[in-house]
Amino acid sequence: MIGEQVLIERQDIQKLLDVLHQKGYETVGPTIREGAIVYDQIASVEELPIGWTDEQDGGTYRLKRRNDQALFGYVVGPYSWKKFLHPPVLSLWKAKKSGKSLEIIPNSDEIPQYAFIGVRSCELHAIFIQDRVFTNGKFTDPHYQARRQKIFIIAVNCVQAGGTCFCVSMKTGPKATVGFDLALTEIIDGQRHYFVVEVGTEKGAEILQKVPTKPAQPSDKKSADERVAQAAQRMGRQLDTTDIKELLYRNLEHPRWDEVATRCLTCANCTMVCPTCFCTTVEDVTDLIGAEAERVRRWDSCFTLDFSYVHGGSVRASVKSRYRQWLTHKLASWIDQFGTSGCVGCGRCITWCPVGIDITEEVRAIRQSESAQLSERRG
Amino acid sequence: MPKVKKPKVAVWKFASCDGCQLSLLDCEDELLAVAGAIEIANFPEASRAVMKGPYDISLVEGSITTPHDAERIQEVRRISKFLITIGACATAGGIQALRNFKDVKEFISIVYAKPAYISTLEKSTPIAEHVKVDFELRGCPINKYQLLEVVNAFLNGRKPNIPSYSVCVECKRRGTVCVMTAYGTPCLGPVTQAGCGAICPAYHRGCYGCFGPKETPNTTSLSTWWRRLGVTNQNLVRAFRGFNAYAEPFRKESEAYEQK
Ligand code: SF4
Ligand code: SF4
Ligand code: SF4
Ligand code: SF4
Repeated sequence: MIGEQVLIERQDIQKLLDVLHQKGYETVGPTIREGAIVYDQIASVEELPIGWTDEQDGGTYRLKRRNDQALFGYVVGPYSWKKFLHPPVLSLWKAKKSGKSLEIIPNSDEIPQYAFIGVRSCELHAIFIQDRVFTNGKFTDPHYQARRQKIFIIAVNCVQAGGTCFCVSMKTGPKATVGFDLALTEIIDGQRHYFVVEVGTEKGAEILQKVPTKPAQPSDKKSADERVAQAAQRMGRQLDTTDIKELLYRNLEHPRWDEVATRCLTCANCTMVCPTCFCTTVEDVTDLIGAEAERVRRWDSCFTLDFSYVHGGSVRASVKSRYRQWLTHKLASWIDQFGTSGCVGCGRCITWCPVGIDITEEVRAIRQSESAQLSERRG
Repeated sequence: MPKVKKPKVAVWKFASCDGCQLSLLDCEDELLAVAGAIEIANFPEASRAVMKGPYDISLVEGSITTPHDAERIQEVRRISKFLITIGACATAGGIQALRNFKDVKEFISIVYAKPAYISTLEKSTPIAEHVKVDFELRGCPINKYQLLEVVNAFLNGRKPNIPSYSVCVECKRRGTVCVMTAYGTPCLGPVTQAGCGAICPAYHRGCYGCFGPKETPNTTSLSTWWRRLGVTNQNLVRAFRGFNAYAEPFRKESEAYEQK
């Protein structure tokens, strides 16, 4: 039943994965690779980062041991679900010449049917934002749509916040409220380790029928809510979004952009890790004798010079103009373009910026200088 | 129908290790196609046969380190329609440009029994300091797919798809976890041009800067961060004095820290 809440014991979580497999889903979820938690194929619960957590701050990320065996006791890693729905490199089509005819061969890769395990609330919002970008306008991206239609989502409510998280400011978390098939809240209480599960869709309910569950008691729901509320209290970052669009548009020539330009490497890491950034470039590759060609799409970024290249040069040649494009697109012009913010407060751009540039700090600096000026004028 | 003449390509070697020429040889499968599409007119690593110029494309490996080579490159330029330099030696002076930071006469007196026989220049310099270059292909060594792409683009009269953005872009596209952020390992990726496919970070090493400075490289900001990671001034100098030590942004950065 949609909206219903039940309990699953820790030892029955594997069953949930098994049922998804039986239904033909490829289960992907958090796992440890190269010193970080990334989303990858997982077949068993044992592949989850059991007993690990992450410490994050501007430009740094470290895995740390927890003193319990939590399955989801961390926040988000470098790669969001974007890599599955909007792949970093995608062959669009190939062309072959034989004699005088040219044959176009569209990409016929089979689209996997993914079950995403452990989607955080901010990430659900990021998926909604990309839905608007790719499927809600005049043009639909068939590659995104084909992948998106098939996914099954198991959300996880955050019961702790990361050092660079600010979903509360962006109103995107920490509790998953819509867009999931099932949502779990992990509870470890002394010797008891279980999950309060909320059913989001019929599809979710159907999967649950094959998994041992118990009805959730009011006390279970209460302790789940308390844990999520605690996470909300402990956000590592904050961003005041009052009139943010106007604030930024008013300050396009603010000296702070020059200051951040001295630190920014224009390396593009922030745009690559951002779960909502969608820009791509298309390249045609040909072989030497001109018999075969391929069109490949790759993630691109407004931090590259090529991105704004028009005949004669790049429009955004300065570092300042590229950083400003990124920040104002995320927080201001995205609102004009798509009707929502382009930022969900996941904190990735802060953690994975190699020099720790902090989007919340940059906005704060501009806002504070304005209010300082204002109070000066008032005397 | 008249027979279409195959474009003539020559490969030239100056001060270098031959590694970049070998990248061309390494294109085994592709080379068959290459051999069908172009006439390799002069390629010392592959064959002794030399065909006279002019050439449609000259691929130049190596830097200029002797008076004789400084003259020879002028001749290569004269007989080449397009001149493409390949590798860190040809595009930045190579590892041998480390001499540019010292007095070369001292080296000669230490290394050679009869220094008078040695005719060498003060500095090891990139080809572009001597003649007009149509395209510079970076890397130590170059990436063979990029080489094929450049030859291909020139033969077909289009712009090569050789990005000048950071290694980080390739690193993220391949799904590597950033070694600088996750381990505090110093990495030159954010100031280095892509092209290698971010090999080193994929093997848990920081980038060594083989492809030279990227577009608008902010070496100052990266160095400041490296200092925070605990890298000494001396090691910063070393890091920027690799295969692309004499490329201007790297050279300036190493000189700044040498004086500190
Ligand atoms: S802008 Fe930064 S914090 Fe906001 S969604 Fe993108 S990566 Fe996350
Ligand atoms: S911030 Fe840059 S890379 Fe991201 S969506 Fe906007 S223009 Fe594209
Ligand atoms: S803000 Fe940070 S991650 Fe983004 S381009 Fe600048 S240095 Fe790179
Ligand atoms: S490991 Fe190096 S190349 Fe890769 S993202 Fe980090 S800084 Fe960039």
